[in-house]
Amino acid sequence: MTKLNYREALRDGLRDALVREPRAFLMGLDVGRYGGTYAVSRGLLEELGPERVRDTPLSESAFVGAGIGAAIGGLLPIVEIMTVNFSLLALDQIMNNAATLRHMTGGQLAVPLVIRMTTGAGRQLAAQHSHSLEGWYAHIPGLRILAPATVEDARGMLWTALMDPDPVLIFEHAALFGLEAELEGAVTPVDIDHAKIRRAGKHVSLVTYGGTLHKTLAAAETLAKDGIDAEVIDLRSLRPLDTETIIASVKKTRRAVIIDEGWRSGSLSAEISARVMEQAFYDLDAPVERVCTAEVPIPYAKQLEEAALPQPETIVQAARKTVGTHV
Amino acid sequence: MKTEEHSPEMKIDLLRQMLRIRRFEEKAAELYSAAKIRGFLHLYIGQEAIAAGAMRALTAEDAVVSTYREHGHALARGVAAAAIMAEMYGKAEGCCHGRGGSMHLFDVSKRFYGGNAIVAGGLPLALGLALADKLAGRARVTACFFGDGAVAEGEFHETMNLAVLWKLPLLLLCENNLYAMGTAIARALSETDLCKKAESYRMPAERIDGMDALAVAVASADATAAVRAGEGPRFLELTTYRFRPHSMFDPDLYRDKAEIAEWKKRDPLPRHIGRLKEEGLLDAAKIDAIERAVADELAQAVAFADAGTLEPVESLTRDVYARTP
Repeated sequence: MTKLNYREALRDGLRDALVREPRAFLMGLDVGRYGGTYAVSRGLLEELGPERVRDTPLSESAFVGAGIGAAIGGLLPIVEIMTVNFSLLALDQIMNNAATLRHMTGGQLAVPLVIRMTTGAGRQLAAQHSHSLEGWYAHIPGLRILAPATVEDARGMLWTALMDPDPVLIFEHAALFGLEAELEGAVTPVDIDHAKIRRAGKHVSLVTYGGTLHKTLAAAETLAKDGIDAEVIDLRSLRPLDTETIIASVKKTRRAVIIDEGWRSGSLSAEISARVMEQAFYDLDAPVERVCTAEVPIPYAKQLEEAALPQPETIVQAARKTVGTHV
Repeated sequence: MKTEEHSPEMKIDLLRQMLRIRRFEEKAAELYSAAKIRGFLHLYIGQEAIAAGAMRALTAEDAVVSTYREHGHALARGVAAAAIMAEMYGKAEGCCHGRGGSMHLFDVSKRFYGGNAIVAGGLPLALGLALADKLAGRARVTACFFGDGAVAEGEFHETMNLAVLWKLPLLLLCENNLYAMGTAIARALSETDLCKKAESYRMPAERIDGMDALAVAVASADATAAVRAGEGPRFLELTTYRFRPHSMFDPDLYRDKAEIAEWKKRDPLPRHIGRLKEEGLLDAAKIDAIERAVADELAQAVAFADAGTLEPVESLTRDVYARTP
C-alpha cells in the first residue's frame, strides 16, 4: 500500500498511460516545462520528451481542435485545459466537432480523445475560475463525462477513458488535490460505466459526484448519529448516467437528496430528480430534495464562497427534511 | 511543378474536373428547386478552378479538410458523385447515411474530412491531422480549404501560429471570394491583404489567381512539395468569386450586378477552354465528348440518389457513441 494524494494519483495515471500507450500524448498549457498548473504533470516532460508532453500557447480552441484532429489521425491525445471556465474558449471544438463527428459522418469517424480539466470552487478564486460546468457538458450527446471523486478514481479513470473510442471529458475537482488515500501499488483501471455506492444505507439516498462526495460522506456521518442511515452514491459518470443504480437505491430508501455543485436551474440535479420522478415516483415517501450552489457567480470572500456552496450542514438539513420523523 | 504534369492530359483533366463540378452544382440547384435536396445548399459555381487545380497536388495518402461549400472539393478528391448526391437527398446510400447533408460530406476512405459548417472550425482539425502525421513520422500533407470569412475568426489565427510554431505539414488554401456570406471583405477586415497575415506568422504565402486552373495547379504543386519536404506550412490566397448567391436562401442584395458581371468575364471554364483551344489541345468534338461523360456520371448519380432508400427511423440514435448506451 502506498499513501497518495489526488494530485499524485492523477500524475501516476497519466504517466502510466503515456508509458504504456505509444499513441498517447499530453498537450496543454504549461503541461511541460512548468509541470502542469496543478503540478499534475511534473517530471513527465523530462521523462518522456516534448513530443509526448507538449506545451501549447493560449489557444484553447486550436489545441483542443488539434486533439480532435490528431485523434482522427490515429493518435490518442490527452488534452489538458487549465480550468473549466477556460474550456468555454474551446466549446466550439468540443460541441461542434468532438461530439458530432461520429454521428455526422454516419459512423465513419471516431474521436478517441480525452480532455482533462479542473472544475469547482472552494479556493477563493472567484467567478472566472470556480464554476462547475460539467453539467452543461453532460447535456451533450456524443460526449462521455467523468468526475473522479476519490484518489483511486483519479488514478484509474484516465486509462479507461483513453481506451474508450469516444471523446471523454474528465473533471478533476480543484478542492480535492490534497485528498489522501492508501492505494495498492499498480494503476488499476476504473469502471466508468457504473456509479459506486460509497456508503450503504437504508433511510435516504444521497446522490452526488466529484468535490461534494466528501461533504456528503461527512453529512452521512452526522446523520448516523441521529439514527439516520444514509446511502451515498458517487455517480462517477455524469454522461451516461447510471440511472439503474440510482433508481435501485431510491426504491430501497424511498427518499433522495441530490447534491450538485452546479447551479440548480437546468442542472444535472434537475435531470436526476426528473429520472427519479419518472421511474420511482410511487416508491417515494417524500419529495426529492436538492442541494446545489446558490445562483450567483462564485464570489471571492471566504464566507460568501462557503455560503454559496453545498456544505455538510445543508446536506444534513435536506436529508432530515426527506426523512421527517418517519425513520 | 514537374514538366510532365504540364502535359496535355493534365490540362484536359483540369477541364474535366471543373466541368464535373459546374454541372453537378447546376443540377444540385435544379434539384433543390424540385425539393429533392433540402437544408442549406452552398454552390461552388465560379470557384471550380481552385478545387480542380489544388486537388491534383495531393496523393491518396494526404488529407483534405473543407468547408460547407465543399461539393467541388469532394468531387475533385474522388468522392463518388453518386454518394454525394445521395447524401444531399438524405438517403441511406449517401456518404454519411443521411446524417450530414450538403454541408457535411465526409469520406474517410478518401481521407476527405468534411464538410465543416462552423466557419474556421475545420482549421484546428486540419492542424491535428497534420500533427498526427508529424508525430507518426509520415510524410503526408493535410490540405485545408477555407474562405476569407474564416480569417476574421480566432481559430484561424491560433491555427496559423501553431502550424508554424510546430512546423506542421499543413497546406492552407484560402479561397478569397471577397464576401463572408453578405459582408464584403473590406467591411470585415482592417487588413485585406491576407498574405500579410500569413507572413506575420512567418508562414510563406502567395496570392494566386483562383480563376486560373493552371495557375492554381502549379502553385499548389509547388507549395505541397515544400510542405511534404518538411519545410513547414504554406499559405495560398486564391482570389475568386462565387457566381451564385451565398446559399439558396440568399437574395444577394449586397452585391452590385455590375461587379458580378465583371467577374463572370473571368469565368474559369471558358478561360481554360480558350487556352486549350489556342494550344490546339481541344476542339468542339473533344469538348462534346467530355461533356457527355460528365453528363453520364451526373445522370447516374441522380438516378442512384432517386433510387436510394431512406434510413429507418429505428436507426436514429446509431453512431452517437461506439456502443449504443
